[in-house]
Amino acid sequence: MTLITQGAEAHLYKTTFLSPSIPAALKIRPSKPYRHPILDRRLTRQRVLQEARCLARLVREGVNVPGVLGVDWDLNSVHSLKGVEKGEKGVGAGAWILMEWIPGCVVRVVISRWEKYLSSRSHSQGNGSVQAEKEEEEAKILALLRRVGAAVGILHKAGVVHGDLTTSNLILRGTGADADAEEEWKDGQEPNLEGDVVLIDFGLASQSIQDEDRAVDLYVLERAFGSTHPRTEPLFGEVLEGYRASYRGSGSVLKRLEDVRMRGRKRSMLG
Amino acid sequence: MSPPLLDTIHLSHLPPSMPVHVALYRDVQNAPYLRQQLMSANADFEYAFIDASTVLSRTHLLSAVFRAVNDYMNGRLKSRNVHSEIVFSLSPATNIAESFRKFGITDATKDLLVVKVSVTPEITHESVAAHLGQHVEGTPVPFDDETLSTISDIAKIKKAYKLGALNTAPPNQANGTHDAGMRRLELSVLGAIALRGAT
Repeated sequence: MTLITQGAEAHLYKTTFLSPSIPAALKIRPSKPYRHPILDRRLTRQRVLQEARCLARLVREGVNVPGVLGVDWDLNSVHSLKGVEKGEKGVGAGAWILMEWIPGCVVRVVISRWEKYLSSRSHSQGNGSVQAEKEEEEAKILALLRRVGAAVGILHKAGVVHGDLTTSNLILRGTGADADAEEEWKDGQEPNLEGDVVLIDFGLASQSIQDEDRAVDLYVLERAFGSTHPRTEPLFGEVLEGYRASYRGSGSVLKRLEDVRMRGRKRSMLG
Repeated sequence: MSPPLLDTIHLSHLPPSMPVHVALYRDVQNAPYLRQQLMSANADFEYAFIDASTVLSRTHLLSAVFRAVNDYMNGRLKSRNVHSEIVFSLSPATNIAESFRKFGITDATKDLLVVKVSVTPEITHESVAAHLGQHVEGTPVPFDDETLSTISDIAKIKKAYKLGALNTAPPNQANGTHDAGMRRLELSVLGAIALRGAT
């Protein structure tokens, strides 16, 4: 079991489900010692269940998200899954969700590889063919950005808003040989832009069909995109085009997005 | 009687001292007898007897076993023992009697899955194999996805999990749409098992 990443609320491990041949992602929410124990249990349970329910529902709706393989919402349960940090059988070390493992690479990395690739190309050859080649490469990234928009649209259509959309919470599902993220990649190598876009990390997701919540989702993605990929920011419009085409009702959300841009993520000035 | 093809499995994250023994039989002749042993709570017949037509795949059954054993280790069993809990764990609903009617052995059961967990050291591959070989009148077949796919009743499973609207392409369809549909059905079922009882 290896630690992949760690946030303020949860730790994410790569592990296995049932058999060593089935990889899985394990998200553990450890207890927070500074919180009152009763409140801690209630909040953790609520959040673990919220996330698991959203994922289970989206799988049924056919949205590309990791399926739920197992859940334990009791912060105090005893389990060998949780012997991780202390190297012993963890007691009350946290509630967890076991999820399907999605092989591939996060879109953040794919885009930054593409940016590097593009700049290395334009430096190495200084003749007229550069422009044509640049356009060709741009067509590929535009197609990826449209798929990102479509993935968000299908999510919204299913009645869920993500709450924390960034390019790190989108995985480009790898296929066949280059299926895993750990593969090496050399600067200047052409990144693979093919594959399904899978949405991950539903820790802040909720069920909503309101234009406001959907527009805020897009706004958060737009801002995250601008700060993570400043060089590719001019192409973000393509994400919104992919979104527009993905379901009925996207039009009014995009209109709402203009209002949200004017005032920011929070609607009221309180809190 | 030929010896049963008893599969002994160590599940990830469960203690190595608790392997799970699974056997699959076809053309079972004495389902009413086996069910009667369960009803009379005969301690020698503490097994999970499951109607195999309600099971999609190895992963489907084993994730119900995983949930039941995890609940067992946490003292959260809702039913009599870990074996009845396995049948209950297959169900997406919280009604125990109903879960037995839907997923458990019935008098009409022809294809039977038997699960036994080594909750004490006395329960071994040999002891389970010997006991089942003596008492189950049926043809042992391998517990694998290929065999299960010929047994499972997709319409019945969809109904039991209230996934009727779920779109799974018919098996004769080309280019992987059938596989993708079955994968989605399986993941939906696993989600339902994992989330049962979440309030």
